[in-house]
Amino acid sequence: MNLTLRIWRQSGPDESGEMVTYQVTDVSPDMSFLEMLDILNEDLILRGEQPVAFDHDCREGICGSCGMVINGSAHGPVQTTTCQLHMRSFNDGDVIDIEPWRAAAFPVIKDLVVDRSAFDRIIQAGGYISAPTGTAPDAHAVPVPKPDADLAFENATCIGCGACVAACPNGSAMLFTSAKINHLNVLPQGQPERESRVLDMVTTMDAEGFGGCTNTGECAAACPKGIPLASIATMNREFLRAARKAPR
Amino acid sequence: MASTGVIMLLFLIVHMAGNLKIFFGPTDFNSYAAWLRTIGEPVLHETWYLWVQRVVLLACLVAHVTSAIQLTHRDIHARPQRYRSKRPWRATFATNTMRYGGAILALFVIWHILDLTVGAVNPRGEAGHPYENVVADFGVWWIALIYVVAMLALCLHIYHGFWSAAQTLGANNAARNVVFKTIATVLALAITVGFLSVPIAVMTGLVR
Repeated sequence: MNLTLRIWRQSGPDESGEMVTYQVTDVSPDMSFLEMLDILNEDLILRGEQPVAFDHDCREGICGSCGMVINGSAHGPVQTTTCQLHMRSFNDGDVIDIEPWRAAAFPVIKDLVVDRSAFDRIIQAGGYISAPTGTAPDAHAVPVPKPDADLAFENATCIGCGACVAACPNGSAMLFTSAKINHLNVLPQGQPERESRVLDMVTTMDAEGFGGCTNTGECAAACPKGIPLASIATMNREFLRAARKAPR
Repeated sequence: MASTGVIMLLFLIVHMAGNLKIFFGPTDFNSYAAWLRTIGEPVLHETWYLWVQRVVLLACLVAHVTSAIQLTHRDIHARPQRYRSKRPWRATFATNTMRYGGAILALFVIWHILDLTVGAVNPRGEAGHPYENVVADFGVWWIALIYVVAMLALCLHIYHGFWSAAQTLGANNAARNVVFKTIATVLALAITVGFLSVPIAVMTGLVR
Protein backbone atom coordinates (compact mmCIF):
# COMPACT_ATOMS: atom_id res chain seq x y z
CA MET A 1 0.00 0.00 0.00
CA ASN A 2 1.10 3.53 -0.73
CA LEU A 3 -0.33 6.26 1.46
CA THR A 4 -0.34 10.03 1.76
CA LEU A 5 -0.13 11.24 5.35
CA ARG A 6 -0.95 14.75 6.50
CA ILE A 7 0.55 15.05 9.98
CA TRP A 8 0.41 17.89 12.50
CA ARG A 9 4.02 19.06 13.04
CA GLN A 10 4.75 21.37 15.96
CA SER A 11 8.33 21.67 17.24
CA GLY A 12 7.43 22.76 20.78
CA PRO A 13 4.66 23.76 23.18
CA ASP A 14 4.88 27.45 22.32
CA GLU A 15 5.51 27.04 18.59
CA SER A 16 2.81 27.26 15.98
CA GLY A 17 2.19 24.06 14.08
CA GLU A 18 1.00 23.05 10.63
CA MET A 19 -0.14 20.01 8.69
CA VAL A 20 2.79 18.55 6.69
CA THR A 21 2.30 16.03 3.88
CA TYR A 22 4.40 12.84 3.67
CA GLN A 23 4.34 9.84 1.38
CA VAL A 24 4.83 6.32 2.73
CA THR A 25 5.34 3.43 0.33
CA ASP A 26 5.20 -0.36 0.63
CA VAL A 27 2.99 -0.41 3.72
CA SER A 28 1.82 -3.91 4.60
CA PRO A 29 -1.84 -4.29 5.61
CA ASP A 30 -0.61 -6.40 8.54
CA MET A 31 1.28 -3.48 10.06
CA SER A 32 -0.16 -1.65 13.01
CA PHE A 33 -0.72 2.07 12.58
CA LEU A 34 2.26 2.81 14.84
CA GLU A 35 4.52 0.49 12.81
CA MET A 36 3.51 2.44 9.73
CA LEU A 37 4.59 5.64 11.54
CA ASP A 38 7.85 3.89 12.54
CA ILE A 39 8.54 3.26 8.82
CA LEU A 40 7.90 6.92 8.10
CA ASN A 41 10.20 8.00 10.96
CA GLU A 42 13.04 5.70 9.82
CA ASP A 43 12.76 7.28 6.43
CA LEU A 44 12.75 10.80 7.92
CA ILE A 45 15.82 10.02 10.07
CA LEU A 46 17.71 8.70 7.01
CA ARG A 47 16.84 11.91 5.17
CA GLY A 48 18.15 13.92 8.13
CA GLU A 49 14.73 15.28 9.12
CA GLN A 50 13.08 15.34 12.55
CA PRO A 51 11.00 12.18 13.13
CA VAL A 52 7.32 12.61 14.04
CA ALA A 53 6.98 12.54 17.84
CA PHE A 54 4.13 10.36 19.14
CA ASP A 55 3.39 8.70 22.48
CA HIS A 56 3.50 4.90 22.65
CA ASP A 57 4.46 2.30 25.20
CA CYS A 58 2.96 -1.19 25.51
CA ARG A 59 1.67 -1.45 21.94
CA GLU A 60 -0.84 -4.04 23.11
CA GLY A 61 -3.80 -1.80 23.87
CA ILE A 62 -3.55 -1.62 27.66
CA CYS A 63 -1.38 1.37 28.57
CA GLY A 64 -3.34 4.20 26.97
CA SER A 65 -0.27 6.10 25.72
CA CYS A 66 -0.80 6.12 21.97
CA GLY A 67 -3.41 8.76 21.37
CA MET A 68 -3.91 10.51 18.05
CA VAL A 69 -6.84 11.69 16.00
CA ILE A 70 -6.91 9.88 12.66
CA ASN A 71 -9.18 11.31 9.96
CA GLY A 72 -11.18 13.15 12.63
CA SER A 73 -11.72 10.09 14.84
CA ALA A 74 -9.89 9.48 18.13
CA HIS A 75 -7.74 6.35 17.60
CA GLY A 76 -8.99 6.12 13.99
CA PRO A 77 -11.85 4.32 12.26
CA VAL A 78 -11.89 1.24 14.55
CA GLN A 79 -12.98 1.49 18.20
CA THR A 80 -9.62 0.47 19.66
CA THR A 81 -6.27 2.02 20.60
CA THR A 82 -4.05 3.36 17.81
CA CYS A 83 -1.50 0.57 18.41
CA GLN A 84 -4.22 -2.02 17.81
CA LEU A 85 -5.43 -0.30 14.65
CA HIS A 86 -4.07 -2.10 11.60
CA MET A 87 -3.37 -0.81 8.12
CA ARG A 88 -5.92 -3.27 6.70
CA SER A 89 -8.47 -0.70 7.84
CA PHE A 90 -7.15 1.59 5.09
CA ASN A 91 -6.90 1.33 1.32
CA ASP A 92 -4.05 1.86 -1.11
CA GLY A 93 -3.82 5.52 -2.08
CA ASP A 94 -5.68 6.82 0.99
CA VAL A 95 -4.97 10.26 2.38
CA ILE A 96 -4.79 10.04 6.17
CA ASP A 97 -4.95 13.09 8.45
CA ILE A 98 -3.18 12.66 11.80
CA GLU A 99 -3.59 15.24 14.56
CA PRO A 100 -2.92 15.37 18.30
CA TRP A 101 -5.74 15.33 20.89
CA ARG A 102 -7.18 18.84 20.90
CA ALA A 103 -8.19 20.24 24.29
CA ALA A 104 -7.21 23.25 26.37
CA ALA A 105 -6.43 20.84 29.22
CA PHE A 106 -4.17 18.74 26.94
CA PRO A 107 -1.54 21.18 25.61
CA VAL A 108 0.59 19.89 22.72
CA ILE A 109 4.20 19.18 23.78
CA LYS A 110 5.50 18.20 20.34
CA ASP A 111 3.85 16.99 17.12
CA LEU A 112 1.31 14.36 18.24
CA VAL A 113 2.38 14.26 21.90
CA VAL A 114 0.11 16.03 24.37
CA ASP A 115 0.48 16.63 28.10
CA ARG A 116 -2.25 14.55 29.77
CA SER A 117 -1.19 15.24 33.37
CA ALA A 118 -4.58 16.95 33.91
CA PHE A 119 -5.90 13.36 34.17
CA ASP A 120 -3.27 12.59 36.84
CA ARG A 121 -4.42 15.57 38.88
CA ILE A 122 -8.04 14.37 38.66
CA ILE A 123 -6.90 10.97 39.97
CA GLN A 124 -4.88 12.64 42.75
CA ALA A 125 -8.00 14.49 43.86
CA GLY A 126 -9.82 11.30 44.84
CA GLY A 127 -8.96 8.26 42.72
CA TYR A 128 -7.63 6.26 45.69
CA ILE A 129 -8.87 4.39 48.75
CA SER A 130 -7.80 4.57 52.40
CA ALA A 131 -6.51 1.09 53.25
CA PRO A 132 -4.89 0.02 56.50
CA THR A 133 -1.25 -1.00 55.99
CA GLY A 134 0.00 -4.45 56.84
CA THR A 135 -0.19 -7.83 55.18
CA ALA A 136 -2.57 -8.37 52.33
CA PRO A 137 -6.12 -9.08 53.60
CA ASP A 138 -7.81 -12.39 52.83
CA ALA A 139 -9.31 -12.37 49.38
CA HIS A 140 -12.84 -12.98 50.66
CA ALA A 141 -12.67 -10.91 53.85
CA VAL A 142 -14.83 -8.22 52.27
CA PRO A 143 -17.69 -9.68 50.23
CA VAL A 144 -18.56 -7.80 47.05
CA PRO A 145 -21.92 -8.46 45.35
CA LYS A 146 -21.44 -9.79 41.81
CA PRO A 147 -23.31 -6.92 40.06
CA ASP A 148 -21.15 -4.38 41.94
CA ALA A 149 -17.97 -6.26 41.05
CA ASP A 150 -19.02 -6.33 37.38
CA LEU A 151 -19.80 -2.60 37.38
CA ALA A 152 -16.49 -1.80 39.10
CA PHE A 153 -14.56 -3.94 36.59
CA GLU A 154 -16.34 -2.38 33.64
CA ASN A 155 -15.32 1.10 34.80
CA ALA A 156 -11.86 -0.03 35.92
CA THR A 157 -10.97 -0.98 32.34
CA CYS A 158 -10.46 2.73 31.58
CA ILE A 159 -6.83 3.19 30.53
CA GLY A 160 -6.91 6.99 30.69
CA CYS A 161 -5.96 7.41 27.04
CA GLY A 162 -8.00 10.62 26.66
CA ALA A 163 -9.94 9.55 23.56
CA CYS A 164 -13.16 10.63 25.30
CA VAL A 165 -11.87 14.18 25.62
CA ALA A 166 -10.49 14.16 22.07
CA ALA A 167 -13.75 12.87 20.58
CA CYS A 168 -16.09 15.07 22.63
CA PRO A 169 -17.25 18.13 20.65
CA ASN A 170 -17.04 20.03 23.97
CA GLY A 171 -13.65 18.68 25.10
CA SER A 172 -15.29 17.22 28.21
CA ALA A 173 -13.60 14.67 30.50
CA MET A 174 -16.82 13.38 32.04
CA LEU A 175 -16.46 9.80 30.76
CA PHE A 176 -12.91 9.43 32.15
CA THR A 177 -13.79 11.00 35.50
CA SER A 178 -17.00 9.00 35.83
CA ALA A 179 -15.17 5.72 35.12
CA LYS A 180 -12.60 6.46 37.83
CA ILE A 181 -15.25 7.55 40.36
CA ASN A 182 -17.67 4.68 39.71
CA HIS A 183 -14.90 2.08 39.82
CA LEU A 184 -14.18 2.92 43.48
CA ASN A 185 -17.56 4.27 44.66
CA VAL A 186 -19.36 1.00 43.95
CA LEU A 187 -16.94 -1.14 45.99
CA PRO A 188 -16.95 -1.55 49.80
CA GLN A 189 -13.29 -0.47 49.88
CA GLY A 190 -14.24 2.85 48.30
CA GLN A 191 -16.96 3.80 50.79
CA PRO A 192 -14.97 5.97 53.28
CA GLU A 193 -14.25 8.57 50.57
CA ARG A 194 -17.45 8.04 48.58
CA GLU A 195 -18.69 11.64 48.89
CA SER A 196 -15.38 13.52 48.94
CA ARG A 197 -14.15 11.49 45.95
CA VAL A 198 -16.89 12.57 43.57
CA LEU A 199 -16.94 16.18 44.80
CA ASP A 200 -13.15 16.63 44.67
CA MET A 201 -12.59 14.84 41.36
CA VAL A 202 -15.38 16.76 39.61
CA THR A 203 -14.08 20.05 41.06
CA THR A 204 -10.57 19.26 39.79
CA MET A 205 -11.94 18.22 36.39
CA ASP A 206 -13.70 21.58 36.07
CA ALA A 207 -10.64 23.51 37.27
CA GLU A 208 -8.46 21.83 34.63
CA GLY A 209 -10.49 23.52 31.89
CA PHE A 210 -12.36 20.57 30.42
CA GLY A 211 -15.71 21.34 28.79
CA GLY A 212 -19.15 20.38 30.01
CA CYS A 213 -21.17 17.33 28.98
CA THR A 214 -24.05 17.77 26.53
CA ASN A 215 -24.71 14.02 26.27
CA THR A 216 -23.68 13.66 22.63
CA GLY A 217 -22.28 10.17 23.28
CA GLU A 218 -19.17 10.77 21.14
CA CYS A 219 -16.95 9.77 24.10
CA ALA A 220 -18.46 6.31 24.55
CA ALA A 221 -18.41 5.76 20.77
CA ALA A 222 -14.65 6.49 20.72
CA CYS A 223 -13.65 4.74 23.96
CA PRO A 224 -11.31 1.83 23.16
CA LYS A 225 -12.39 0.11 26.37
CA GLY A 226 -16.13 0.54 25.84
CA ILE A 227 -16.87 2.54 29.00
CA PRO A 228 -20.66 3.02 28.71
CA LEU A 229 -22.29 6.44 28.52
CA ALA A 230 -24.44 5.43 31.52
CA SER A 231 -21.30 5.86 33.66
CA ILE A 232 -21.74 9.62 33.35
CA ALA A 233 -25.32 9.35 34.67
CA THR A 234 -24.03 7.27 37.59
CA MET A 235 -21.41 9.93 38.37
CA ASN A 236 -24.09 12.64 38.24
CA ARG A 237 -26.21 10.61 40.66
CA GLU A 238 -23.23 10.21 43.00
CA PHE A 239 -22.47 13.93 42.72
CA LEU A 240 -26.03 14.99 43.61
CA ARG A 241 -26.09 12.51 46.50
CA ALA A 242 -22.72 13.74 47.81
CA ALA A 243 -23.68 17.40 47.42
CA ARG A 244 -26.76 16.75 49.56
CA LYS A 245 -24.93 14.69 52.19
CA ALA A 246 -21.70 16.62 52.58
CA PRO A 247 -22.23 20.38 52.76
CA ARG A 248 -18.95 22.25 52.37
CA MET B 1 -30.82 22.95 32.29
CA ALA B 2 -32.27 19.54 33.05
CA SER B 3 -34.61 20.60 35.87
CA THR B 4 -35.82 23.78 34.16
CA GLY B 5 -36.30 21.80 30.95
CA VAL B 6 -38.45 19.23 32.74
CA ILE B 7 -40.67 21.97 34.26
CA MET B 8 -41.18 23.58 30.83
CA LEU B 9 -41.86 20.14 29.34
CA LEU B 10 -44.63 19.52 31.91
CA PHE B 11 -46.19 22.85 30.93
CA LEU B 12 -46.00 21.91 27.23
CA ILE B 13 -47.87 18.65 27.82
CA VAL B 14 -50.75 20.55 29.51
CA HIS B 15 -50.61 23.34 26.90
CA MET B 16 -50.80 20.84 24.04
CA ALA B 17 -53.72 18.96 25.62
CA GLY B 18 -55.55 22.27 26.16
CA ASN B 19 -55.02 23.24 22.52
CA LEU B 20 -56.89 20.13 21.40
CA LYS B 21 -60.05 21.72 22.85
CA ILE B 22 -60.20 23.67 19.59
CA PHE B 23 -61.68 20.57 17.93
CA PHE B 24 -64.80 20.95 20.11
CA GLY B 25 -65.68 24.28 18.48
CA PRO B 26 -65.44 28.01 19.29
CA THR B 27 -67.72 27.97 22.36
CA ASP B 28 -65.78 25.20 24.14
CA PHE B 29 -62.36 26.58 23.22
CA ASN B 30 -63.13 30.18 24.17
CA SER B 31 -64.75 29.23 27.47
CA TYR B 32 -61.77 26.95 28.23
CA ALA B 33 -59.45 29.90 27.57
CA ALA B 34 -61.58 32.11 29.81
CA TRP B 35 -61.55 29.42 32.54
CA LEU B 36 -57.73 29.46 32.54
CA ARG B 37 -57.95 32.99 33.93
CA THR B 38 -60.18 31.87 36.79
CA ILE B 39 -58.02 29.00 38.10
CA GLY B 40 -57.61 29.25 41.86
CA GLU B 41 -60.71 31.36 42.44
CA PRO B 42 -62.09 32.26 44.88
CA VAL B 43 -58.82 31.92 46.87
CA LEU B 44 -56.93 33.78 44.16
CA HIS B 45 -58.15 36.75 42.18
CA GLU B 46 -58.72 36.52 38.43
CA THR B 47 -55.51 35.78 36.43
CA TRP B 48 -53.39 35.53 39.61
CA TYR B 49 -52.67 31.87 39.01
CA LEU B 50 -51.85 32.66 35.39
CA TRP B 51 -49.31 35.25 36.46
CA VAL B 52 -47.67 32.87 38.95
CA GLN B 53 -47.33 30.35 36.14
CA ARG B 54 -45.93 32.98 33.78
CA VAL B 55 -43.33 34.08 36.31
CA VAL B 56 -42.26 30.47 37.02
CA LEU B 57 -42.00 29.69 33.30
CA LEU B 58 -40.08 32.88 32.59
CA ALA B 59 -37.66 32.11 35.43
CA CYS B 60 -37.19 28.60 34.00
CA LEU B 61 -36.61 29.97 30.52
CA VAL B 62 -34.06 32.53 31.72
CA ALA B 63 -32.21 29.92 33.81
CA HIS B 64 -32.34 27.42 30.91
CA VAL B 65 -30.93 29.87 28.38
CA THR B 66 -28.34 31.23 30.82
CA SER B 67 -26.96 27.79 31.56
CA ALA B 68 -26.99 26.94 27.84
CA ILE B 69 -24.90 30.05 27.12
CA GLN B 70 -22.54 29.32 30.02
CA LEU B 71 -22.12 25.71 28.89
CA THR B 72 -21.48 26.71 25.29
CA HIS B 73 -18.98 29.35 26.39
CA ARG B 74 -17.13 26.81 28.53
CA ASP B 75 -17.15 24.21 25.76
CA ILE B 76 -15.69 26.61 23.21
CA HIS B 77 -12.87 27.48 25.61
CA ALA B 78 -12.19 23.80 26.29
CA ARG B 79 -11.05 23.37 22.67
CA PRO B 80 -9.34 26.58 21.52
CA GLN B 81 -7.66 24.88 18.57
CA ARG B 82 -10.07 22.97 16.36
CA TYR B 83 -9.40 19.80 14.37
CA ARG B 84 -8.39 20.24 10.73
CA SER B 85 -10.13 17.08 9.58
CA LYS B 86 -13.88 16.78 9.79
CA ARG B 87 -15.36 14.91 12.72
CA PRO B 88 -17.45 11.94 11.61
CA TRP B 89 -21.19 12.43 12.24
CA ARG B 90 -21.98 9.85 14.92
CA ALA B 91 -24.57 11.55 17.15
CA THR B 92 -28.18 12.01 16.01
CA PHE B 93 -29.36 15.09 14.12
CA ALA B 94 -31.35 16.11 17.22
CA THR B 95 -28.21 16.03 19.39
CA ASN B 96 -26.12 18.03 16.96
CA THR B 97 -28.74 20.76 16.49
CA MET B 98 -29.70 21.40 20.14
CA ARG B 99 -28.15 24.88 20.21
CA TYR B 100 -29.66 26.01 16.90
CA GLY B 101 -33.01 24.45 17.75
CA GLY B 102 -32.94 26.18 21.13
CA ALA B 103 -32.32 29.55 19.46
CA ILE B 104 -35.23 28.94 17.06
CA LEU B 105 -37.48 28.09 20.02
CA ALA B 106 -36.42 31.19 21.99
CA LEU B 107 -37.34 33.41 19.02
CA PHE B 108 -40.59 31.50 18.57
CA VAL B 109 -41.60 32.01 22.23
CA ILE B 110 -41.33 35.80 21.71
CA TRP B 111 -43.30 35.59 18.44
CA HIS B 112 -45.91 33.28 19.97
CA ILE B 113 -46.58 35.63 22.93
CA LEU B 114 -46.87 38.63 20.58
CA ASP B 115 -49.15 36.59 18.35
CA LEU B 116 -51.62 34.74 20.55
CA THR B 117 -51.20 36.21 24.04
CA VAL B 118 -50.80 39.92 23.32
CA GLY B 119 -52.31 39.75 19.85
CA ALA B 120 -49.98 42.42 18.49
CA VAL B 121 -48.86 40.49 15.40
CA ASN B 122 -52.03 38.44 15.02
CA PRO B 123 -54.01 39.20 11.80
CA ARG B 124 -57.15 39.51 13.94
CA GLY B 125 -55.80 39.95 17.48
CA GLU B 126 -59.11 40.35 19.29
CA ALA B 127 -58.86 39.76 23.06
CA GLY B 128 -61.24 37.14 24.44
CA HIS B 129 -61.60 35.39 21.06
CA PRO B 130 -58.67 32.94 20.96
CA TYR B 131 -60.52 30.54 18.63
CA GLU B 132 -61.04 33.21 15.97
CA ASN B 133 -57.47 34.47 16.44
CA VAL B 134 -56.04 30.99 15.88
CA VAL B 135 -58.14 30.49 12.75
CA ALA B 136 -57.07 33.90 11.43
CA ASP B 137 -53.42 33.02 12.19
CA PHE B 138 -53.18 29.80 10.28
CA GLY B 139 -55.04 31.17 7.31
CA VAL B 140 -51.81 33.06 6.56
CA TRP B 141 -49.28 30.65 5.03
CA TRP B 142 -46.13 32.20 6.46
CA ILE B 143 -47.49 32.38 10.01
CA ALA B 144 -48.40 28.70 9.75
CA LEU B 145 -44.90 28.00 8.39
CA ILE B 146 -43.24 29.74 11.38
CA TYR B 147 -45.36 27.60 13.67
CA VAL B 148 -44.61 24.33 11.87
CA VAL B 149 -40.84 24.97 11.78
CA ALA B 150 -40.82 25.83 15.50
CA MET B 151 -42.78 22.68 16.37
CA LEU B 152 -40.36 20.48 14.40
CA ALA B 153 -37.48 22.15 16.28
CA LEU B 154 -39.39 21.46 19.50
CA CYS B 155 -39.72 17.79 18.55
CA LEU B 156 -35.95 17.42 18.13
CA HIS B 157 -35.27 19.48 21.27
CA ILE B 158 -37.50 17.27 23.43
CA TYR B 159 -36.18 14.06 21.86
CA HIS B 160 -32.60 14.79 22.93
CA GLY B 161 -33.47 17.01 25.89
CA PHE B 162 -35.65 14.58 27.83
CA TRP B 163 -33.16 11.72 27.68
CA SER B 164 -30.30 14.13 28.31
CA ALA B 165 -32.06 15.42 31.43
CA ALA B 166 -32.32 11.83 32.67
CA GLN B 167 -28.54 11.54 32.21
CA THR B 168 -27.78 14.85 33.89
CA LEU B 169 -30.06 14.23 36.88
CA GLY B 170 -28.54 10.79 37.34
CA ALA B 171 -31.84 9.00 36.78
CA ASN B 172 -30.50 6.97 33.86
CA ASN B 173 -28.55 3.73 34.01
CA ALA B 174 -27.73 0.92 31.58
CA ALA B 175 -31.00 -0.94 32.24
CA ARG B 176 -33.25 2.13 32.10
CA ASN B 177 -31.59 3.67 29.03
CA VAL B 178 -34.01 2.10 26.56
CA VAL B 179 -36.95 3.19 28.76
CA PHE B 180 -35.86 6.85 28.80
CA LYS B 181 -35.12 6.80 25.06
CA THR B 182 -38.61 5.40 24.41
CA ILE B 183 -40.32 7.96 26.67
CA ALA B 184 -38.32 10.72 24.95
CA THR B 185 -39.45 9.51 21.51
CA VAL B 186 -43.10 9.15 22.55
CA LEU B 187 -43.16 12.56 24.29
CA ALA B 188 -41.46 14.33 21.38
CA LEU B 189 -43.85 12.81 18.83
CA ALA B 190 -47.03 13.18 20.93
CA ILE B 191 -46.38 16.84 21.78
CA THR B 192 -45.40 17.73 18.21
CA VAL B 193 -48.32 15.91 16.60
CA GLY B 194 -50.69 17.47 19.14
CA PHE B 195 -49.47 20.99 18.49
CA LEU B 196 -49.28 20.52 14.71
CA SER B 197 -52.81 19.12 14.51
CA VAL B 198 -54.20 22.65 15.06
CA PRO B 199 -52.59 24.49 12.08
CA ILE B 200 -53.15 21.41 9.90
CA ALA B 201 -56.84 21.37 10.87
CA VAL B 202 -57.17 25.08 10.08
CA MET B 203 -55.34 24.78 6.76
CA THR B 204 -57.41 21.77 5.67
CA GLY B 205 -60.64 23.50 6.67
CA LEU B 206 -61.48 21.10 9.50
CA VAL B 207 -61.41 24.00 11.97
CA ARG B 208 -62.73 27.30 10.65
